[in-house]
Amino acid sequence: MPALPGRDIAGDGNGVKAAALRYERASSLADALALLQRHGASATLIAGGQSLVPALNLRMAAPELLIDISRLDALRGVQVMTEGGSPRLRIGAMTRHAELGRSPEIARHAPLLHLAVGHVAHAAIRNRGTFGGSLAHADPASELPACALALGSRMHVVGHAGARVIDAGDFFIGLHQTALQPGEILVAVEVDVLADGFRPGFAELARRQGDYALVGLAAHARPIPGQMRFAAIAPVFFSVGARPLLAAAAARVLTDATIADADRLHLAQQALAADLDPPADPQASSAMRLHLARVLLGRVVAQLVGTPDVI
Amino acid sequence: MSSETVAVTLRVNGETTTQMVAPRTHLADLLRGRLGLTGTHLGCEHGVCGACTVFIDGATARACLVLAVQSDGAVVETVEGLTDAADPTLRALQEAFVARNALQCGFCTPGMLATAVELLRETPAPSRAAIRERISGNYCRCTGYHAIVDAIETAALRLAGHEPR
Repeated sequence: MPALPGRDIAGDGNGVKAAALRYERASSLADALALLQRHGASATLIAGGQSLVPALNLRMAAPELLIDISRLDALRGVQVMTEGGSPRLRIGAMTRHAELGRSPEIARHAPLLHLAVGHVAHAAIRNRGTFGGSLAHADPASELPACALALGSRMHVVGHAGARVIDAGDFFIGLHQTALQPGEILVAVEVDVLADGFRPGFAELARRQGDYALVGLAAHARPIPGQMRFAAIAPVFFSVGARPLLAAAAARVLTDATIADADRLHLAQQALAADLDPPADPQASSAMRLHLARVLLGRVVAQLVGTPDVI
Repeated sequence: MSSETVAVTLRVNGETTTQMVAPRTHLADLLRGRLGLTGTHLGCEHGVCGACTVFIDGATARACLVLAVQSDGAVVETVEGLTDAADPTLRALQEAFVARNALQCGFCTPGMLATAVELLRETPAPSRAAIRERISGNYCRCTGYHAIVDAIETAALRLAGHEPR
């Protein structure tokens, strides 16, 4: 193949180019941990790169070293685990969004992820982006962190000192902030397989398909057949704060047997004012976001109480 | 540090090539600046516009969001390679893009074609809504998209053996 004269083809000042950096491809998890320990805060992990590379190109991030963990096949794939506890799905952190979307195990045992993943960006991004990368990036407008929280996922993390498990409720701390400590790598996420009677609900509003949502809602719930009430519901809103937020006040209204079914949805929508204090930005005011959150709660409740084959 | 380059070997449009690149270089710059494959267009360089969409290991990707070093060992196909290989899906799309006036300035066209090729490989008869959903990650500032949706629908019908409307 003919090659043009060799030079730093990323250029010197034109275009949207990353700053100079070094790159190491981890050959194993142990190798990745050793690299992280050796290089400390000057290193950043790269997985699918679909959020990190834009940040590099825009020079919002400028690490000295990238440690590529995207080829660690041990961190990839979806398995149903049965030994050592209740049946659960183990989703490798390097599983790509497109693989999640195609996985029959995900569709059957974690249908909320199946519903949500098609809303993540665009097909070409989903072909590269990874589940663990999205969770560790902890973008408050992302779909998958909200799903992980709604499903009560457990984050399996490995560091130089050993392994630990972090509940999703403790994992997402703030804007792009997680409970991951320096030197730790998210290796897998475990989710209980769908229990009897539980169903997924998901909706988001964006001005254009594939844009970050103005407001989104991921819910994992057990509706009570024939009633407008839930035995359990975890409605988690995203793009309404610095991290995905469980709407606990609305959930109480949706499960409270002392409330009349006819009043329930309206009261739950009102209760969102206690759960959410959305930020304003040029796309939407705080009041507009709260209004849209109420609209989405209505839509998702309708999904959840609908007949099982119209999800 | 900035002058350090690393060797990357990848298969591009059927030919294996080894290139020395700076780690910060994204794949689109390698394809365009080193290999002369300027059919891969660079619009936004942060993954929004879709003009640099290529195939990596059989699946579409934004070439601006993949560092060249990450594509070591990969099989890359660009619009030039799909054309040279007489890919039947691409050919039907190219003919339909001409017939339905689905391009004006043409800047978005290589990315649109790559996106549409993947869609039609996966879904032989997509609805117009599915076509719109799929190309939502590819910006066109000329056509208003209707003609592009028409063209992809036309190509799908032709590939399925139906005479397009």
